[in-house]
Amino acid sequence: MSSSTVATGTAGTASTGRGRRPRMVNWTLLPAAAVLLVFFFYPLATIVWRSITEPAFGLDNYTVLFTDGVSVTVLLRTLRTALIVALVALVIAYPYAYAMTRVSKRGRALLTVLVLLPFWTSVMARNFAWYLLEQRGGLIERFLAALGIDGVVLLGSVTGVTVAMVQVMLPFMVLPLYSGMSAIDRRLLDAATSLGASWRTAFAKVYFPLSLPGVVSGFSLVFIVTLGFFITPALLGTPQQSLVAQVIETRVSDLLDFPGAGAFGAVLLVVTLLVLFAVSRIARPTAALNQAVDRG
Amino acid sequence: MASADRPRAGRQGIGWGLRIWVVLVAALLLAPTLVVIPMSFSASETFEFPPREWSLRWYEEFFSSHAWMSSVLNSLQIGLLTAVLATAVGVAAAIGLDRTGFRGREMLRSAAMAPMIVPGIVVAVAIYGTFLRWQLNGTLLGFVLAHTVLALPFVVTSVATSLAGYDRVVETAAASLGASWWTTFRKVTLPLLAPGVASGFVFAFVVSLDEVMIALFLQTPDIRTLPVQMYNSITLEIDPTIAAASSLIVAITTIALLLPQLVRRRRSES
Repeated sequence: MSSSTVATGTAGTASTGRGRRPRMVNWTLLPAAAVLLVFFFYPLATIVWRSITEPAFGLDNYTVLFTDGVSVTVLLRTLRTALIVALVALVIAYPYAYAMTRVSKRGRALLTVLVLLPFWTSVMARNFAWYLLEQRGGLIERFLAALGIDGVVLLGSVTGVTVAMVQVMLPFMVLPLYSGMSAIDRRLLDAATSLGASWRTAFAKVYFPLSLPGVVSGFSLVFIVTLGFFITPALLGTPQQSLVAQVIETRVSDLLDFPGAGAFGAVLLVVTLLVLFAVSRIARPTAALNQAVDRG
Repeated sequence: MASADRPRAGRQGIGWGLRIWVVLVAALLLAPTLVVIPMSFSASETFEFPPREWSLRWYEEFFSSHAWMSSVLNSLQIGLLTAVLATAVGVAAAIGLDRTGFRGREMLRSAAMAPMIVPGIVVAVAIYGTFLRWQLNGTLLGFVLAHTVLALPFVVTSVATSLAGYDRVVETAAASLGASWWTTFRKVTLPLLAPGVASGFVFAFVVSLDEVMIALFLQTPDIRTLPVQMYNSITLEIDPTIAAASSLIVAITTIALLLPQLVRRRRSES
């Protein structure tokens, strides 16, 4: 392993010295591969395996899941909630992200910090805050009562869970959106308007299509994270209006039913992968988020 | 080609409608979290909000309670160990990915990103099931290993971003001047990648510090992390100490984020 290793001109060798020390490549990947295999892929494979082999080999756990009358309802409720959360977050975040690309440097620093603060603030602290706001006699109920709408307690309702989720997920929407929008060349808009397009038309035909990768990234990221969210529904929802994550958690911690939980988890995983596959042609949600964070 | 009819097509600036929107969104981002601060100064035993009487009792409780303090220490310990492990493993992986020419690279990259994509609850249940068999739950090692898996994608991406703007000619130069590969790595590669490595480290630490789902499953009465202690203080007992804990977290996060901004501004002005 000395420096006298001759550059062997492997694939992708350029004059920049690529392909030096091919041996180093192999072992640098090993630790990560080992950690992921042993502590991530193996546990995942195990739980899926258990869902088709326990108590007996077959798809019993899955047929139960789709015929017990509850699980499908829970899954649909979860999908609907995730869709609503992602849509509302998108509508709220789009103009904000756009504004981030249009203000002065100092203004942008301020708006970025405003997004990053909740992004870095403990999820538990933020969920507790929503608990305080939504509880009986909380600020939201009093505020609505002052407007003449009486007796609205969001705690323990799907609406309450949705509202809190939107706020918790908002940074995850703003960052990819901003990341996408800041790469748009505004001269294209000038070109469109100089050719006689109205501002509205230029936006609809030029700007919005160009911002779509960011939209898809943010939307799919929020959608996916919301699908598997446990803390917010567990604290602010009710067992009667459970989402998938709560059902899986209950099966494991109360019943130690790993096969049943594994089956539900596998279904959730398949849904997630389908969403990712659908958007992978357009954008890479995780990459966009990280770019955004790096810039922040 | 006068464009006077387009007030917003200038180089900069936003209209009033957008301004109002931005203010509203900013309020939505920040305001809800701020309610924990007045709550933490409450004198009452319940989560009654707004509080009727004020006191510092929940801060006293937080700093004098064995359960709360040990959960803070556990979280810091697990967070730091996770950050060290995930950074070491993640930096090596990012460099390896950057220098691998073979076809499996994209697959490897996806594998490294997978913990970010698989629903949190599924990862938690899977790891819990496996760790039960390996007797790793309720151990520091178990928490650290599980959190390292979750933190890895963040480290790999941070370092990959640094690598993107990194010219490897400098390594060839170092090697041609007689540096061994280890010296080259220590004296050339690592310093140049430092920003990415540092942000990866911070990310890994925060991911671990904030993680609740896996920690909920791995907890035992002897070892709990701070987020789990907070979760239990709402669900199992109505314990307003969580308000003090939350307020401290909000304050520390805010200071940590604003400090670099202020320092930078000072520097640019002087």
